[in-house]
Amino acid sequence: MFFSVSLYIALSIFVLGLFWKISTWFRYTVGPGAREIKTSQRLFAAIKGIIVTILSPKILTLLKVFVLDVLFQRRIFVESRLRWAMHMYIYGGFMLLLLMHAFEDFITLTLFPDYASTLNPFLFLRTLFGVMVMVGLGISVYRRHILKIPRLMNNAMDHYMVIILAIIMVSGFLLEGTKVVSHTSYQEMVEDWSDVDDEESFKALESYWVEKFGVVSPDLEGPFDAEILAQGRDLHEMNCEACHSRPQWAFISYGVAKIVSPLAVSLDKAGVPTILWSLHFLACFVGLAYLPFSRMFHILAGPLSLLANAVMDRERSDPANIATRQVMELDACTHCGTCSLQCSVGVLFEQIQNENILPSEKLASVKRFTANRIAKEKDIKRIQEGLYLCTNCYNCTLVCPVGINLQDLWFNVRETFIQDGHPEVFALSTLSFYRGLRRDELDDKDYEKPLQLASQTMAEEFGLFDSQDTPIDLGSLDNSFKKDLRTSAQGSTFSFCFTCTTCTSACPVACNYDNPPEALGLTPHQIVRATAVGLPDLIFRSKMLWTCLGCYQCQEACPQGVRVTDILYALKNMAIRRVKEKT
Amino acid sequence: MDFAIQRCCVTPIYLKSYNSSTDAVLRALDIGLVDIKEFNCCGYPLKDIDLKAHVLASARNLCLAEKRNLDVMTFCNCCYESLREAKHLLGEDESIKRDINEKLMKEGLEYGGTTEVRHLLEVLYNDVGLEALKEKVVMSFKGLKIAVHYGCHILRPRQLVQFDDPGTARVFDQLVEITGAEIIPWEAQLDCCGAPVWGIDDDLSMDLTQKKTKDARQSGADYLCVACAYCQVQFDRVQKMLLSRRGEDKGLPSILFTQLLGLSLGIDSEALGIDQNELDARGITHFLSHEESPTQSYGSSTP
Ligand code: SF4
Ligand code: SF4
Ligand code: SF4
Ligand code: SF4
Repeated sequence: MFFSVSLYIALSIFVLGLFWKISTWFRYTVGPGAREIKTSQRLFAAIKGIIVTILSPKILTLLKVFVLDVLFQRRIFVESRLRWAMHMYIYGGFMLLLLMHAFEDFITLTLFPDYASTLNPFLFLRTLFGVMVMVGLGISVYRRHILKIPRLMNNAMDHYMVIILAIIMVSGFLLEGTKVVSHTSYQEMVEDWSDVDDEESFKALESYWVEKFGVVSPDLEGPFDAEILAQGRDLHEMNCEACHSRPQWAFISYGVAKIVSPLAVSLDKAGVPTILWSLHFLACFVGLAYLPFSRMFHILAGPLSLLANAVMDRERSDPANIATRQVMELDACTHCGTCSLQCSVGVLFEQIQNENILPSEKLASVKRFTANRIAKEKDIKRIQEGLYLCTNCYNCTLVCPVGINLQDLWFNVRETFIQDGHPEVFALSTLSFYRGLRRDELDDKDYEKPLQLASQTMAEEFGLFDSQDTPIDLGSLDNSFKKDLRTSAQGSTFSFCFTCTTCTSACPVACNYDNPPEALGLTPHQIVRATAVGLPDLIFRSKMLWTCLGCYQCQEACPQGVRVTDILYALKNMAIRRVKEKT
Repeated sequence: MDFAIQRCCVTPIYLKSYNSSTDAVLRALDIGLVDIKEFNCCGYPLKDIDLKAHVLASARNLCLAEKRNLDVMTFCNCCYESLREAKHLLGEDESIKRDINEKLMKEGLEYGGTTEVRHLLEVLYNDVGLEALKEKVVMSFKGLKIAVHYGCHILRPRQLVQFDDPGTARVFDQLVEITGAEIIPWEAQLDCCGAPVWGIDDDLSMDLTQKKTKDARQSGADYLCVACAYCQVQFDRVQKMLLSRRGEDKGLPSILFTQLLGLSLGIDSEALGIDQNELDARGITHFLSHEESPTQSYGSSTP
């Protein structure tokens, strides 16, 4: 009763959760373009897309990906043999246990009418599969907690996955072990299954089981007479053998049985097997009910992501389907951290303390954001910063074992953030190059907006500078600024300048305009001059600073050895640091 | 001869042909490339934001190469300058080095400073040598006029990157010449391609690019030739966007040096990714000749 009630509760939560989760794939949006597409439109597009794909030659691609990437886990294999072994052990072992053991009534019994869980090979296989899962979990704990891989983050969800699986496995082994020694279980079995009916036979059979099957009886203890054992064996062969192999085959549980056998009688009296049985099932039910909400959900979303990405691409696929896929991909992530370990800017995390630099953490934040679970302005800005600190190098997409197209995800999500009006001053850095390469995917207004916002922020932070009619605000004379620059490795030569303007004449940016001061605010030599005088505000809001190419023409031309370009870089660093500190 | 190769972040998506053509050419010349999986970005794009972040990124790669006793080779000028600048700062400034090492120690790395940073061009020139290269050339270009774009960061800042006389990179010229191509002088040769501000101020970036391509074309060039990932993306992909945005039809296609050399070494143009260029560069093969006279068909789109 207790069993079936909890099973049905767990099952209903699981099914409802599944529907709810899948519905979010069609309801939530990633990226500005997706907002215009209605849920119903996305649903129809998905159904149509699936049908069309299945009826096309692409089905072969899907099959191939299913075998190689889903079943064989090719991507993890290429990445790391250790992790592949870990994943295969856990996923292989668990799946086999699920099919053979948890679904024995539906699957195993149908395939093998003589099946009994206590009979070989099933008895042995169950232990073997359980051991596989345990070994896999062991590798996972070793990798995450002992190997100490830098920038491999663990979160509560990772711990939950390991713990719930470990509880299921360990309780299973303990349950089996205590059942081996349990006299109560033995008696129930004899009552239910045997036709032994006289006292003497009972005794003989029990002696045989105590001797050979590890049962601990409160009344009988070896050594037994050979005669009694022989009689017991005959009875065993008649009544029990068809369903029972020797428990030694379940080598883990048998070890447990041996260890607990001195306490077996009291354990049995205290009803420990029943308690373990409840624990085992409850853990399974909790795992089941919570599955759609936990990262275990990748069992479903991961393969879907692999399959979808194998047949979809940005240019040809229906935007409605891409919108759906991108939300689904958030559920597919296993938080394995591979992407972060291979990330081209991952090491930056040691310098700029923002975990959103790491793609695996970035994705987790984006997922929370998409589900509207991030409200704080501060957190939003941190995610945005992490999204901008990315060179679009493609490494993460290449290595992701569930095939998430992280490239497109970052691009779309970044647009959502930076167009929603939080200024990002990193947009004034070379990191914008990659965004520029995809500008044809955006309309010009959306494309320019974050850039304007960033320049505006610089102007606002460091005094307004909009047109010729407003008198130029000279900013504060700032001596700490000069000191900063003098100590920075690059900046200290500015005091040699005698304002010959050679640098400005050599500068291709200054030369590009008829009236450089008007177009750029300051020219290179004016920036050097303003540095010497101590007018950071004036420099920080000048367009020249943010359009400097770093081409070193000015620096090479300077007769005084002023490291003009290096000074400009140092100034950019300072301006960005000041804005980031303030906002 | 083995090198750890620093591949630039723009190449996996936007310039696959630089990877494939470099691999093919260096294989033909028996130079081994080691791809260190853990390598990260050289740090160049971070220079605007935080110098230390840039140095940290470069230093990590240098350490990874050092651990394997390899020098780092790169085919991108920006990576080249970044790595060398980082190396320079780490050698010069004890406090930066200490700080960086503290961070790298977490993953068992320590910067010692034994790894050298080499540019592909300079490896070809110094380690392979012009004579050896000439021997491997099986086909020569005839009548092909090339405007060599050196790219800022193998010229400047000269204390860090110069591998030739100040202000020039004759090495690059000489390497182009062994393919039989003719080098033309052009005025805007030493200027920046415009890439560093693409994405920040696109109008400015396009102005700079256009100035160069126009000048090179007017000086008679059939193609630009570059040896930097950023420059090539700018002259190829961005120039294509420029042409359509500014309604111009005449551009000047750019070819990677590894593609040019590869063709004259007889490497199959598919391996060199010639057909992957955004601005059609396939016509360049018409200038190739064993014996027969060259066909002048610049700009033709026939493969
Ligand atoms: S694309 Fe961005 S997030 Fe992904 S690995 Fe490269 S730098 Fe990291
Ligand atoms: S995005 Fe992919 S590689 Fe990164 S943590 Fe998630 S599953 Fe792993
Ligand atoms: S480094 Fe900057 S300021 Fe100097 S010449 Fe180049 S663009 Fe002008
Ligand atoms: S070239 Fe040198 S000395 Fe002349 S103005 Fe520029 S920084 Fe000053």
